[in-house]
Amino acid sequence: MKLKGTVHKYGNHINTDVIIPARYLSLSEGSDLARHCMEDIDAEFVKRVKPGDIIVAAVNFGCGSSREHAPLAIKASGISCVIAESFARIFFRNGINIGLPLLESAEAVKGTKSGDVLEVELETGEIKNLTTGETYHAAPYPPFLLDIISAGGLIEYTKRRLEKKK
Amino acid sequence: MNLGEKILAVHSGKRKVSAGDFVDVRVDMVLANDITAPLAIQEFAKLGVNKVFDPARVVLVPDHFCPNKDILAAEQAKMMREFARRQGVRYYEVGRMGIEHVLLPEQGLVLPGEVVVGADSHTCTYGALGAFATGMGSTDIAVAMATGEIWMKVPPAIKFVYHGRLKKWVGGKDLILFTIGQIGVEGANYSSMEFAGEAVDMLGMDGRFTMANMAIEAGGKTGLFAVDARTLEYVKPRAQRPYRVYKSDKNAAYARILEWDVSKLEPQVALPHLPSNVRPVSEVKNVEVDQVVIGSCTNGRLDDLRVAAALLKGKQVSPRVRCIVIPGSQQVYMQAMKEGLLETFVQAGAVVSTPTCGPCLGGHMGILAAGERCCSTTNRNFVGRMGSTKSEVFLAGPAVAAATAVVGRIASPVEVAR
Repeated sequence: MKLKGTVHKYGNHINTDVIIPARYLSLSEGSDLARHCMEDIDAEFVKRVKPGDIIVAAVNFGCGSSREHAPLAIKASGISCVIAESFARIFFRNGINIGLPLLESAEAVKGTKSGDVLEVELETGEIKNLTTGETYHAAPYPPFLLDIISAGGLIEYTKRRLEKKK
Repeated sequence: MNLGEKILAVHSGKRKVSAGDFVDVRVDMVLANDITAPLAIQEFAKLGVNKVFDPARVVLVPDHFCPNKDILAAEQAKMMREFARRQGVRYYEVGRMGIEHVLLPEQGLVLPGEVVVGADSHTCTYGALGAFATGMGSTDIAVAMATGEIWMKVPPAIKFVYHGRLKKWVGGKDLILFTIGQIGVEGANYSSMEFAGEAVDMLGMDGRFTMANMAIEAGGKTGLFAVDARTLEYVKPRAQRPYRVYKSDKNAAYARILEWDVSKLEPQVALPHLPSNVRPVSEVKNVEVDQVVIGSCTNGRLDDLRVAAALLKGKQVSPRVRCIVIPGSQQVYMQAMKEGLLETFVQAGAVVSTPTCGPCLGGHMGILAAGERCCSTTNRNFVGRMGSTKSEVFLAGPAVAAATAVVGRIASPVEVAR
């Protein structure tokens, strides 16, 4: 599956409080959450973002609370995937579980800036920077996680397992 | 195997597991709250399962935006309450509840050697009891509620050894802030943290809960303590089911071992806007504050309130400060009342609230305006965490928070103590 979009670049430790502030946690629909995505760190993000766009950030993306509202807000805002040097673990699980692709690639983070256009091949982890002509590689997913991703997330994966047990 | 590996091996039916293994783990308790349960309930409905795997092993606590702060919060709490009734799962109503991570250990719902998963990042608190406890998202919790199992990747372990005895007014919060300051907010990412050494052996359970609670602030999956006589003294009168105590093997594998002499450690303060931005209190000079919060899943327990009351007794909260004290549970509230702590707070000019997470995450009960500063015993000081993106939160233990309330600027308890 190929994803293509414009980069929105951020720094280290982008936490779930700035991705979706707690004052919006009484909302649970993706579309409602998306209206406030990244609000406390980048108030213009929701005006700029277009379907398919890509968030690129440095280390420990998604640190802080367990709120699944954070990846839901990002996904519903139109972002097709997040590339970072590293992810906080709860955010990583949440992203995989709800079908928001997350890729770890330090070289992609180093090589891209806001406004670059990237093309990402999820199966191989190949990231092409169409603006600079460079190519980067993301760490491949372990087979177990690929099973969840290819099922479309943890709910579908679990449903299939439960049906098999019957 | 180390303590984490042992618990995960037993709960995944394996003789041995090691860091990096993917395992399906049987869970002993599953937790969600009023902001994470609604999403979990939505996802649960998609699984095509009618009943939770075991109603006695699911607990729902309305603590974040409860007592209901507005209509949307009321709708979320109602959704959770109705699900709890329909499913017959454990549920603690306002007036009988507490902040989840204060309440569950107190009620004996989490025990040594267990695996606990919660849709709240501070679920790692129960590591103080020697339980492998970790926070997850709502979808994970939906699956755990339905099946009683969840996938985990066995984490590498980092051991933290604290030598020496702590000085007066220095406690668990200072140790964990110091640790996060040393290793950074991603210093234990994906890892289990094991706390050991003379200083933590001498900590009471409340101080250990504080330390385990903030493992997530270093990125940790869990923060574990070995079970000792103090743990058993806490657990035995509370436990309502059998449990097993596991110990790390002498030759257990650790990715890193860090050791510090903490006998001269000062109270610590984390400056905005990261919990790792830590300084000794003596280096935090001339920082006036508008609000002090004493409470939360980190520091809302009885020992915390005792420390704060000892400093506030016979004193007045500075005229420039709003001091908000939030006992972590009804039990803590009742005991604090019996000991006269609540009277001390009110006489000093502080407000005492019903248990709630409230201000910690900028929910309600103490939101900050632009330009305001708060010294808080909570766990996060990210941009906008307690209100305006132009406000600031300084994290500290209850001693520094109480001293700060009296002086009106970040202060050492030594300044205030008689």
